[in-house]
Amino acid sequence: MEVGFSVGAVRTVLASAENLQLTLKTELSQEEQALTNTNSNPKDAEKAGLIVFSGLRNEDLKEMLESNKESHKLEAMKRVVGLIAKGKNASELFPAVVKNVASKNIELKKLVYVYLVRYAEEQQDLALLSISTFQRALKDPNQFIRASALRVLSSIRVPIIVPIMMLAIKEAAADLSPYVRKTSAHAIQKLYSLDADQKEQLIEVIEKLLKDKSTLVAGSVVMAFEEVCPDRIDLIHKNYRKLCNLLVDVEEWGQVVIISMLTRYARTQFTSPWKEDAVFDENNEKAFYDSDSEEKKGQTESKPYIMDPDHRLLLRNTKPLLQSRNTAVVMSVAQLYWHLAPKHEVSIVTKSLVRLLRSHREVQYIVLQNIATMSIQRKGMFEPFMKSFYVRSTDATHIKTLKLEILTNLANEANISTILREFQTYVKSQDKAFAAATIQAIGRCATNISEVTDTCLNGLVLLLSNRDETVVAESVVVIKKLLQTQPTQHSEIIKHMAKLFDNITVPMARASILWLMGEYCERVPKIAPDVLRKMAKTFTTEEDIVKLQTVNLAAKLYLTNSKQTKLLTQYILNLGKYDQNYDIRDRTRFIRQLIVPNEKSGALNKYARRILLAPKPAPVLESAFKDRDRFQLGTLSHSLNIKATGYQELSDWPAVAPDQSVRNVEVIEPVKEWAPLVGKAKQPKSDDKFYSDEEEEKDEEESESSGSDDSSSSSSSSSSSSSEGLFYDFMLPCELHDTDSTSLLSLYLFINLLLCLSAQSQVTTPSFSPVKTYELLHHMSGKGLAAKYHFPRQPCLYQPNMVAVQVILTNCSDHSLEEIHIGDRSPASLNIHCFNTIERLEPEASVTVSMGIDFSDSTQAANFQLCTKTDQFSVSIQPAVGELLMPSSMTEEEFCKDQGKLLGMNETSATITMATANTSSLAINKQLLSVANVGVVSSSQNNIHRFAGRTVSSGALVLVSLELRESSTALLTINTEKSIMASMLLRDLKQALAMA
Amino acid sequence: MIHSLFLINHTGDIFLEKHWKSVISRSVCDYFFEAKEKAGDPENVPPVLQTPHHYLITIYRGKLFLLSVIQTEVPPLFVIEFLHRVADTFQDYFGECSEGVIKDNVVTVYELLEEMLDNGFPLATESNVLKEMIKPPNILRSVVNTLTGSSNVGDTLPTGQLSNIPWRRAGVKYTNNEAYFDVIEEIDAILDKSGTTVFAEIQGVIEACVRLTGMPDLTLSFMNPRLLDDVSFHPCVRFKRWEAERVLSFIPPDGNFTLMTYHVSSQNLVAIPVYVKQSISFFESGSCGRLDITLGPKQTMGKMVEGLTVTIHMPKTVLSANLTATQGNYTYDLATKVLVWDIGKLNPQKLPNLKGSLSVQAGAPKPEENPSLNIGLKIQQLAISGLKVSRLDMYGEKYKPFKGVKYVTKAGKFQVRT
Repeated sequence: MEVGFSVGAVRTVLASAENLQLTLKTELSQEEQALTNTNSNPKDAEKAGLIVFSGLRNEDLKEMLESNKESHKLEAMKRVVGLIAKGKNASELFPAVVKNVASKNIELKKLVYVYLVRYAEEQQDLALLSISTFQRALKDPNQFIRASALRVLSSIRVPIIVPIMMLAIKEAAADLSPYVRKTSAHAIQKLYSLDADQKEQLIEVIEKLLKDKSTLVAGSVVMAFEEVCPDRIDLIHKNYRKLCNLLVDVEEWGQVVIISMLTRYARTQFTSPWKEDAVFDENNEKAFYDSDSEEKKGQTESKPYIMDPDHRLLLRNTKPLLQSRNTAVVMSVAQLYWHLAPKHEVSIVTKSLVRLLRSHREVQYIVLQNIATMSIQRKGMFEPFMKSFYVRSTDATHIKTLKLEILTNLANEANISTILREFQTYVKSQDKAFAAATIQAIGRCATNISEVTDTCLNGLVLLLSNRDETVVAESVVVIKKLLQTQPTQHSEIIKHMAKLFDNITVPMARASILWLMGEYCERVPKIAPDVLRKMAKTFTTEEDIVKLQTVNLAAKLYLTNSKQTKLLTQYILNLGKYDQNYDIRDRTRFIRQLIVPNEKSGALNKYARRILLAPKPAPVLESAFKDRDRFQLGTLSHSLNIKATGYQELSDWPAVAPDQSVRNVEVIEPVKEWAPLVGKAKQPKSDDKFYSDEEEEKDEEESESSGSDDSSSSSSSSSSSSSEGLFYDFMLPCELHDTDSTSLLSLYLFINLLLCLSAQSQVTTPSFSPVKTYELLHHMSGKGLAAKYHFPRQPCLYQPNMVAVQVILTNCSDHSLEEIHIGDRSPASLNIHCFNTIERLEPEASVTVSMGIDFSDSTQAANFQLCTKTDQFSVSIQPAVGELLMPSSMTEEEFCKDQGKLLGMNETSATITMATANTSSLAINKQLLSVANVGVVSSSQNNIHRFAGRTVSSGALVLVSLELRESSTALLTINTEKSIMASMLLRDLKQALAMA
Repeated sequence: MIHSLFLINHTGDIFLEKHWKSVISRSVCDYFFEAKEKAGDPENVPPVLQTPHHYLITIYRGKLFLLSVIQTEVPPLFVIEFLHRVADTFQDYFGECSEGVIKDNVVTVYELLEEMLDNGFPLATESNVLKEMIKPPNILRSVVNTLTGSSNVGDTLPTGQLSNIPWRRAGVKYTNNEAYFDVIEEIDAILDKSGTTVFAEIQGVIEACVRLTGMPDLTLSFMNPRLLDDVSFHPCVRFKRWEAERVLSFIPPDGNFTLMTYHVSSQNLVAIPVYVKQSISFFESGSCGRLDITLGPKQTMGKMVEGLTVTIHMPKTVLSANLTATQGNYTYDLATKVLVWDIGKLNPQKLPNLKGSLSVQAGAPKPEENPSLNIGLKIQQLAISGLKVSRLDMYGEKYKPFKGVKYVTKAGKFQVRT
């Protein structure tokens, strides 16, 4: 029965073959016959390229699907999928297909899934039959099956099962397998698009999944975040650092999504790094010193920009992705740098973008669009790669046009001749649309770069004799624009164009010439009326745009030369009056009222000349990409130059950075590895930020190690062996990088810390160190070079017996100073550790350098010469005696014991009068420490204050004790071997304590 | 993200559609057809189009259009890159990406597309992962499948999907362990009429074919890594080690893959292996033109130049070419107006020459510009930049693999303006 049926179904061509088959297989059972038949039949039909009537075929398929042999079901399903692929309707088979949803055969099952997802929306009731199967599969021990069940369940767009989906998503989000969790992240978007009311619950799931540490999940959940709740930026805070750190390991598609989300995030959370680009680094450095030496000083200065370490983290962790093979990833990093990085760092993306130009045509198209936008603002970024934008004759037209656009943007005085030479080749191109675009580009170069305007104009005039019409027309249009910018002395060109007028047929070009005639009719008084005469003849056959300009020309001539043109004008206005186009009728009516005086026209008539012949501003020829930068780079909106659905605006930088601590996470981070160390060191200013900053700087030196593991391990290992040797190890790189301020900084901080560890027992860091700045060289006597110095009171990095001095060099002149270094010194034996030569100091710039001077415990000035390339200035540093000391820590007992050894000759004392304000112990400490770099010794007696220090050079002990007496007098005693120092110190202290 | 995909052949028939969200009528493609009509050449169709309700992003590859329908904002490169990845996958599975093979393997194609995207977001795009889930077709398997009823589809989650190295599957086994690297360099150049170099640069790529058992960890180092100016890597390459030591350290994918692409520092002068002497002229009257091209070796580093071809896109008015070649054959395609001269090996003693006349449509004006020549060539055993691989080391496995490096220089976009 079945056999007969299908034979009938197929066209007669096949009938004979089929009969043959039947006869061959007569010994088979009835059922088998049927199956072999259905199996082979359609295949033959397909091979023969025959059209099988789908109605009948559906019947066939239904039977196959309902057979009890897996292979037939599979075959049938393959055919069904084939139908779906071709876009044919196979919805009739739904009942037959849905029965197979629980099949054991994995391929069959998958094909059924494909079918279900396609038709469930149309057959909602029947689709519900399959739901229980998926619910069961969601509990399957195989993660792959769980995931695919969730995938299909969430893809079935049937509103009734929303609660089931919600439940499934929640469960899957807590699944042990990251793959299932990833699937649940995808399902979130599907459910959201099906039922937006679930938003709140879904956000909860997103929040949970955002915390996930698996790289597999990260991309998908951020995608869900972007789709469901892109405005809930608060969900990102806690995960920000994690996302940054995971980024390198996330799959490439996830990277794109995460990077674009983080771009948006960063624009809301960090302050702009663009404020003071140039001096940015110096500022940063100063800020460090300030916090290092004195917190209070910062208040007086305007607050310098310091990049948030999290901001830096993002930039650092995305940078390696520029080397990705995925063009979308590279582009998204490029846009991130464009929108977030300090201006001077953006150019690192250039090379990678240029590399993308080797890729497929479509990729080139998008990348070139973005480069076009970038090159308007930042010529310098792409100028070195100008030749990469040279056009090849085999490029597609839209690629050529974009390259042309970029070349035009890059044009400047220096390279214009090269570019124009290149343009000459393009003008001759067989691709006439491109040649026309080139002429436009030449016009733009001519207006932008005044040096070449005449050259360009001459070149364009030559093109007027070109054989190709589009080229001529475009030249006319561009010449018109150029002439408008400088109308003087170009009547020759206008005459030339008038001669060409008869041969030019392109409407736009004709209209342009007519306009030029009208505008400069006084320069070509003989030709213009003649042109009008010709136009009067052909008026009716012209294009609208030409007619309008003819009317304009007529009006202008009427006003300037009415004797010759009155009748012509009348004639043209009459023609215009009855034109088919209402614009032209309108214009004609307007012009007539304006120029022909009659009783109705009134006051306007008097001003006709001023209206029509008013000087007109020249058009500005600018890039079509000029306003593209309102869109985020790399987006669809940018590509289309129109706001696409769902486009998220990039917000402006906030004026004040929101709270940074929101991103702190309780989870143990590399920062915490420092914690025990910090405790031991008792470094007073040791907050987390300090270390992350430092870590960051170090990282940069290590040229982008992405994980924080490396840096923390290296730093912890080095800090564990905090010996003298190590101290010197670190000194060397410091010297080498003296000019590199950031590395120096991080080393300073690091060494400071080490010192605290290693030298704590002998020498304490000053608890308080005011900075007095002294002038070294005034800018008047230094021919623009100004120098100031101060004593940072840090242990000198170079040699322990040297006093550290920091010199701030500022260039106050209007030219840059070169090769700033230290020259001869006197006395010749003076031991100075010089700073490295500063190659170049730009005007207004300043740089801080540190040096070490061994004063040999005397206040004799250190004289040396500060040299630039051209000049030498003798300068001297005279230290206050208190700066020759180093604080020393000791107990009261030790102090008394040492004091006992330094009596007699070694003791200097005086009774002093103190200002009343200085009697509190706090004030005494402050005053004393401001004069001398000594350490406070804790005292058991209220009226006695003790301070201890050592001379830097020889290490001799200096003990200061102050015993308060009645009526603000006190006994000041200094015990030291260095009696000269003692008397000088006594004088200084006396003065300081007497001052209010 | 990606809503639907339509595959369209160059004549404009939609022969496959796949929807990842709700169904979008194929009438949306009409906007594309309109743009295609307007552009003329399929290469000139803008890749991104806007329609009232959707956005269309299209790529053109192998005479096929892959058209994706987008509904909301998405980075266009994301979609373009993905579509190319789809085409790559088809190529990988079926040997080519053409209408014929896609129609023949429509079920496999559908299964692949199903796995590659979930709700429009890429799910599995690594060839290794996909091949574990959906077996590539081959004759033996299809026979086995029909006999046993087993299927093409794997039932377990591919191991790569879960690990940090999705490009390699676990349990790879070979009897012959081998790793081959092809260093292929292409010269992109524009030469002007007089033969002066307007622009020249070298783009290189290292293609690898690695068949190694287990989880080998390879390190490839160069004699002169400083040459490499800009690089991009397969995700398997450890970027940190490259930054620090300039070596490529990676766990390779199984089979063929592109290890890295690079750009040779533009400061270096580029050796141009051949010179071209040409004169193409059209006469104002008489509707004919003359063509005379001679090629000769220039800086070949003592190697043989092979596979030399010259392709010329003639002006539309050129009707036919009557030429004689001293070496090789030439063809002139009347429909596309492309003249191809296939020379083969370049013999320095006897320089190949192509000479003769062109007939131009009567009455047509003389072509404005002479057509430019596109040169194709190949030099075996030479990387024109001088890049050399110094060594390949393997860690993590005990056996001794067979290693090989091959160098080839080719002409990339090598154009001579006339």
